[in-house]
Amino acid sequence: MPKTAVSQYDSLDVSTLLQHSVDEVVTHSYVKRISLPNSKKTLALITLDNGKDHTRPNTLGPHSLVELRATLLELREEARSGSLGAVAITGNPFILAAGADLSKVGDIPDVITGLAMVQLGHQTLGLLGELGVPSFCFINGLALGGGLEIALNCDYRTLSSAVAALALPEVFLGLIPGWGGAWLLPNLIGIKNALTVMVENPLKTNRTLKPAGALELGIADVMFPPARYLEDSLAWADRVVAGKITVKRPNEPGKIERATLWPAAINVARKSLREKLGTVARSPYVALDLMLAAKSSTKAQGFAAEDAALAELIAGDQFRASIYAFMLVQKRQKVTPGAPDKEHALPLTKVGVVGGGLMARQFALEIVRRLEVPVVISDISRERVDAATEWMRDELSTLHHKGRLHTDQLQKLSALIEGATDMAAFSDCDLVIEAVFEELSVKKQVFTELEKHVREDAILASNTSSLAIADIASALKHPERMVGIHFFNPVAVMPLVEVVAAELSSEPAVATAVSAVRKLRKTPIVTADSTGFVVNRLLAKLLGEAMHAIETGTPYEVVTESVQPLGLPMGPFELLELVGLQVGAHVLDTHHRAFPERFFASDALHQLVTQGKIYDRDAKKTIKGVSKEAKALIGSGPGYTAGELRERVHDGLADEVWRMLEEGVVESAEDIDVAMILGAGWPFQMGGITPYLDRTGASEKVRGQTFHSPPIKGVA
Amino acid sequence: MQPDRVVFVDGVRTPFGRAGEKGMYWRTRADDMVVSALIGLLERNPNIPPEAIDDVAIAATTQEGDQGLTLGRTAAILAGLPQSVPGYALDRMCAGAMTAVTTIGSAIGIGAYDIGIAGGVEHMGRHPLGADVDPNPRFLSEKLVSPDALNMGITAERLHDRFPHLTKERADAFGLASQLKVEAAYQAGHIQGDLIPVALRSDEGYGLATEDEGRRPSTTMAGLAELRTPFRPHGKVTAGNASPLTDGATVAALASQTTAQKLGLGAKMTMVSFGFAGVEPEVMGLGPIPSTQKALDKAGLSIEDVGLFELNEAFAVQVLSFLDHYGIADDDPRVNPWGGAIALGHPLAASGVRLMIQLARQFETRPEVQYGLTAMCVGLGQGGSVLWENPHFTGGK
Repeated sequence: MPKTAVSQYDSLDVSTLLQHSVDEVVTHSYVKRISLPNSKKTLALITLDNGKDHTRPNTLGPHSLVELRATLLELREEARSGSLGAVAITGNPFILAAGADLSKVGDIPDVITGLAMVQLGHQTLGLLGELGVPSFCFINGLALGGGLEIALNCDYRTLSSAVAALALPEVFLGLIPGWGGAWLLPNLIGIKNALTVMVENPLKTNRTLKPAGALELGIADVMFPPARYLEDSLAWADRVVAGKITVKRPNEPGKIERATLWPAAINVARKSLREKLGTVARSPYVALDLMLAAKSSTKAQGFAAEDAALAELIAGDQFRASIYAFMLVQKRQKVTPGAPDKEHALPLTKVGVVGGGLMARQFALEIVRRLEVPVVISDISRERVDAATEWMRDELSTLHHKGRLHTDQLQKLSALIEGATDMAAFSDCDLVIEAVFEELSVKKQVFTELEKHVREDAILASNTSSLAIADIASALKHPERMVGIHFFNPVAVMPLVEVVAAELSSEPAVATAVSAVRKLRKTPIVTADSTGFVVNRLLAKLLGEAMHAIETGTPYEVVTESVQPLGLPMGPFELLELVGLQVGAHVLDTHHRAFPERFFASDALHQLVTQGKIYDRDAKKTIKGVSKEAKALIGSGPGYTAGELRERVHDGLADEVWRMLEEGVVESAEDIDVAMILGAGWPFQMGGITPYLDRTGASEKVRGQTFHSPPIKGVA
Repeated sequence: MQPDRVVFVDGVRTPFGRAGEKGMYWRTRADDMVVSALIGLLERNPNIPPEAIDDVAIAATTQEGDQGLTLGRTAAILAGLPQSVPGYALDRMCAGAMTAVTTIGSAIGIGAYDIGIAGGVEHMGRHPLGADVDPNPRFLSEKLVSPDALNMGITAERLHDRFPHLTKERADAFGLASQLKVEAAYQAGHIQGDLIPVALRSDEGYGLATEDEGRRPSTTMAGLAELRTPFRPHGKVTAGNASPLTDGATVAALASQTTAQKLGLGAKMTMVSFGFAGVEPEVMGLGPIPSTQKALDKAGLSIEDVGLFELNEAFAVQVLSFLDHYGIADDDPRVNPWGGAIALGHPLAASGVRLMIQLARQFETRPEVQYGLTAMCVGLGQGGSVLWENPHFTGGK
């Protein structure tokens, strides 16, 4: 007899796995029996509850799974004896389950133990589909990853309309949904919907589903409001068991979909992934392979394929780096190393912005939206000021039209915007941020004038990207009140802000800047007052090497190919076009001036500035090839091979990171990784940059040691 | 405004639970209980347009925590009624829900309202009677109210003192009968139809409340004789002849007769008259005697006209004193035919509507009965009575 999805794990040994899970927060499986009035059957209701509130959601570690497995095996016996008519499973308030405990995956010592965890999940959750009586998941709250797979393994699903989020985020973390999800989901909701949930959403900075969307996709059979969610779900289950409700699943794939649409959709997705993401990240492609196979495989085969796929991914470097990056980014949203105690932060009741240019008006708007305090924005002429305030009010109106801002809120926020041509308007500001032209003399003039008008204790900040804060602050009588607050463009989207603590910067100044950044719902990192801070310095290193390679005779394609293994969101020349060639050239000049022996300036780039482009593009802005003008700038030298250049880039980046740590630009390699992930979009699977440099050997090559000890890489 | 007759459209309640840590509602909020009942009421009365509800009156004795914050309004919001529907909270201790019914009924009667919701909730586990009260010292200094009057059990003992012929045996027999009548009503399925199941949170997983928790169908006279008398050594009031501490919620929909007919809401009872009256706080159990007289006088009826009595069994002796006053036998079949609060429980401010739910159900099956009475005693010396007419009355034919 062929084995069922569950029975293939009959000889599974989880003793080692359990030994490695000593301090697990166990999610218990409690059972209460409920008589169903319609069907006259008994339903066993399992409540998953770790005894904590929603701030520590249910997770499914080895001990939790073993307890649930034992519960389900008992219920299966009861079902076989005829004393049970149905089984349902739900969570504790606001939570179904948030999947495996990610904080524990670093403890997995080897592939065999990792595989045992995957198989235990399959065996346990799979039982929900092999109980011999109908099984229901009442998705009462947050259902992520393995949490949602609990639901997928059941025969029926109800959904509360108040669930905060449903998602299969595995691909985002270098994994695949491997407790049945990769096989079950496309077979439940069709391949296109499954691709959205399993691949597209995770890659859109981990987008999640709202209940209405999940219902529409077919993830749940019915949705109920939260007030009587459990009562309504039990009543619905009763009627299903009694045969009074027949569940229809319009999205369930039929023969035609399987034969034609299914493989075609996978092909389209694969092509689109290659274009948008490149081929470095492994997990999205593994997910596609599994979903393609799910078209015609049995559930047992599907589970086995997931086991094999996860065994490979868990062993790999990308998964470890992704988890490192994920946990790091989460942690930095709460704690900022190097920041003074937040007690020192000034309460912000009014903020000033000097300059009405592109960056200034963007962060002025964010301050209005997030801090909800009056913001004065100034420029040298009434026209320029009006243009800035008008732009800000227009942006708010757009949000209002999109339904994201109530009329009351629109009017409140609009009234907080004030334009000024006279610095006297800053007299009652707690914080004033300058973003005028990047020229030291201009900035010094601004601050000399500003200090005449502001309060004694007001904090002053510059948004400079290329000048030293100390140099600007030299214009002040009280230079200790000055910090750098370096935003990235576009401000509304970019999650990182570099807070620059100059040598003289006071604790209140730095603390106020950090606190303001947090209130803007962005992640601050505190850096020293050194050229390029973190993000621009490493980008300048990379882009300088790229332009240098061109100037010494390397073709554009070879340069792009050389950095391809880093899996960056875009190639170096695309990035240059995105930030603007002039800005790029200026950044390279600044770094070359500061560190002439290590950073290249680029004459070629300056020449391109006048011509305006590197790539020829079609009407849809898709790259067609390198422009004639750009090609003409390739130097006459021998150039580098892709391998040679890659080594130069790896070594150069490793050396620069070491120097930043030695100079104390930031406290740790983690700070650099957070900066590159959030400030430059460098990928999770590199762990930012330092785990990647460790595993390529570059960090050891240039300093004889790794950034992380032990290095963040896969297990054997 | 057009004056109109007031009809009791429908009423439902949560199953009643034993108060305290071991009770089924220990981890359930009071407001969630009343919201559950309200949603259940509206779901089974789809002809009531939610936006047409003129007011939501919800009573609770202890209006703080999950029973605070203007319960009627919060319950309306939490039950998903339109924001345009107003609501309020009120308190007349044990007669809270009854007063909600008479207050909403009055507004309908003078034509100010068309449809209203009236109910009550008491989570006596979370909010024991008398917790955090601060009685005015003048009660004592001017001998206005004896401290004993604030302990309901002691007021019941005092009724035994005043009426020595209402013996402990009679009280116990009445308590036993209540248990047996409730059990019989459950067996016949008279009670369950008006219960709205409530999900129960506990430390060991979710469950579902579908029946009243405090019933003791195996009660015997011998067993009752053994119970201790917590309010007085060698006293007469025991857990067997008094209502237990209870958690529960009730709600009812009331409407003008015209509106009910227009919308096809149905009418289970028609309000005839009501009365509230005060008595000495020390013998608060006597309250229903004068309040009933008031209601009868207003209706131009006498006690003989009443075919069914739903009397709240706060204490057996207190019901007996009422029956004794009006010359009705302890075991008169017209009185609490399906049992009462001694077996089902008495979640103070919720109980009034429980009496009405039970009377309305009996009206359906008793077309020979024209009038019914719901009455109850109230702490601090009050009584409340509402007289109802049976729309199913066939003139005794």
